[in-house]
Amino acid sequence: MIEQQATNVGQFPPVEAELTGNVVVDTSVTPGNPSRRGAGTFRAIMRNRKALIGVIILLGFAGMAIFAPWIAPGDPNDLIAKRNLPPSSEYWFGTTGSGQDVFAQTVLGARASLGVGVAVGIFTTFLAALIGMTAGYFGGKVDDFLSLFMNVFLIIPALPLLIVLVGFLGGGGPMYFVFILGITGWSWGARVLRSQTLSLREKDFVSAAEVSGESRIRIIGGEIFPNMISLVAANLFGATIYAVGAMAALQFLGLGNVSLVSWGTNLYWAQNNGALLTGAWWTYVPSGLAIALVAFAFALTNFAVDEVTNPRLKAQRVARESLAKLGHKSKKNSRATPVIRHAN
Amino acid sequence: MHYLARRIGFYLIAAWASITLNFFLPRMMPGDPADIVFARAQGRMTPESLEAMKKAYGLSDAPLIVQYWDYIKAVFSGNLGTSFLYFPTPVTEVIGTGLRWTLLLGLTATILAFVFGSIIGILGAWRRGGVLDSALPPLLLFIGSFPYFWLATIALYFFAFKHDIFPIRHAYEDGMIPNWSWEFIRSVIYHLILPATTVLIVSIGGWVLGMRNAMISTLAEDYVTMAEAKGLSERRVMFAYAARNALLPNVTAFGMALGFVLSGALLTEIVFAYPGLGYQLLNAVRGLDYPLMQGLFLMITFAVLAANLLVDLLYIRLDPRVRRR
Repeated sequence: MIEQQATNVGQFPPVEAELTGNVVVDTSVTPGNPSRRGAGTFRAIMRNRKALIGVIILLGFAGMAIFAPWIAPGDPNDLIAKRNLPPSSEYWFGTTGSGQDVFAQTVLGARASLGVGVAVGIFTTFLAALIGMTAGYFGGKVDDFLSLFMNVFLIIPALPLLIVLVGFLGGGGPMYFVFILGITGWSWGARVLRSQTLSLREKDFVSAAEVSGESRIRIIGGEIFPNMISLVAANLFGATIYAVGAMAALQFLGLGNVSLVSWGTNLYWAQNNGALLTGAWWTYVPSGLAIALVAFAFALTNFAVDEVTNPRLKAQRVARESLAKLGHKSKKNSRATPVIRHAN
Repeated sequence: MHYLARRIGFYLIAAWASITLNFFLPRMMPGDPADIVFARAQGRMTPESLEAMKKAYGLSDAPLIVQYWDYIKAVFSGNLGTSFLYFPTPVTEVIGTGLRWTLLLGLTATILAFVFGSIIGILGAWRRGGVLDSALPPLLLFIGSFPYFWLATIALYFFAFKHDIFPIRHAYEDGMIPNWSWEFIRSVIYHLILPATTVLIVSIGGWVLGMRNAMISTLAEDYVTMAEAKGLSERRVMFAYAARNALLPNVTAFGMALGFVLSGALLTEIVFAYPGLGYQLLNAVRGLDYPLMQGLFLMITFAVLAANLLVDLLYIRLDPRVRRR
């Protein structure tokens, strides 16, 4: 699904609240051997052009983060040259307002930004799955309570809460960001996963598992969970985008530790040194572009996962392709979802 | 009206949760919060205001539950303490001036984004595979990938600093006195355009996608096919049959979006030095004005809750099924 892809901090509504509802339900059950189906889905995703671009960008950034000390050796905070030097062959991205190498800062910044982003993504997805699936599966009082809990978290605006939390508790290391972004970011995913669990619970294969005496944990983990992997993946991507953006925003505001090199901190210093007013755009562009590329790559991958796993979109594509094969170039798509006999 | 009662109950619980959170925030600081604040304020606080703060927080030797009760009573009687930065102005007064600017900016941007985004989504879904459908969403997605504050700063640089088309800061001309004259209103609009447009550009993508998805499911409905079969005009089918029903889920999202904008406007206000709640919040954090921080957080949360309640009312009006439940 596409929820959360627009979630840079706060400003953008996760619009798809209710409306992906029926699509969500549709994605769920495809009969067949789960592991083989998984491999097929993976291949299909990799064949998708959007996904390929997304994955290549992400791998590039991951490589940059991992090999940062070799790509740009030395402490990125060292003052190595004159201030505000424009990009040159010596300093590819120029130097900052205090004479640091922008290239080194951008490369090293990937570590904190991506590290925290991915960690928050995993942490929130875990929380979301745990709480959402528990609520959805057990229903009744448990669901009432947990739903209330997630709705309250959902409605309390995250950015002000984050700002106030940092304001009161201080601190600003990477682990601290993982913690506060994690506890403020899980509720959306929990709600989505809850409603999916609710609908899966009613399916025959779950009843069959119940009748055959499987334990609840096994049913949740072994029967329901594998059927919402694509949703969980979407949540993971969305949460990571959210975390990278939210952390950058907080750091841009100068909250947290401003000597921790990350893309957000780079932008904070650029702003503080009046980068744009002095025309030193090169201190401002690389980190912003890096954040954007990461978010875009995650969103592309997310789209692709959606396209591949969503039967409705898939049916459309298959129909269009087979029509094209027959030399039929229809300009106007049919609006109803075409019926594809061998959609799997 | 059972539905409405449940929603109101929920908002009350959410309000209570945020008040409780607010109560525990200063108590989560290591050590005695009042002393820490006093130390961090480094002489910007008089001993009297320290006493005042202790009193406002209900920080006494009384048991926690009593302090808690006192705090809730204080909040409901509208006493959020005294601001340090603007001592001795009460927090409520400081917030009051910011709230209207935030509402103006937030509402303008959200409503415009909702209207334009929905229209683009409707047209895109209607002509699937057309320009609006294939080229625009990826473009909006790409723009939406940039950190908002980054785009806003770039926009500020180009349109206000470099080319001087729009003003660089504040909500109206410096030195003007707020009134209802045409001149003042024009100045307010002039100052509003750039910040509102930046919010619009980054948030419109969500609406386009949301509306498009809803339209695609609605267009597959039998009544749309029926309407087409009857030979109704394209426009009529598109708007009166499909879009009208596809709009419903987006209205719910509108409530959430209002909330997001109220809090998302924080960054806008900070970049454009627009004197709303967000700008005040950052100043409060930088100036270690804890009572103001807490008050602003509560006020933003309450505004979000109120916005959602309004949308619920609207929803009841729009969707007869909800009324019957």
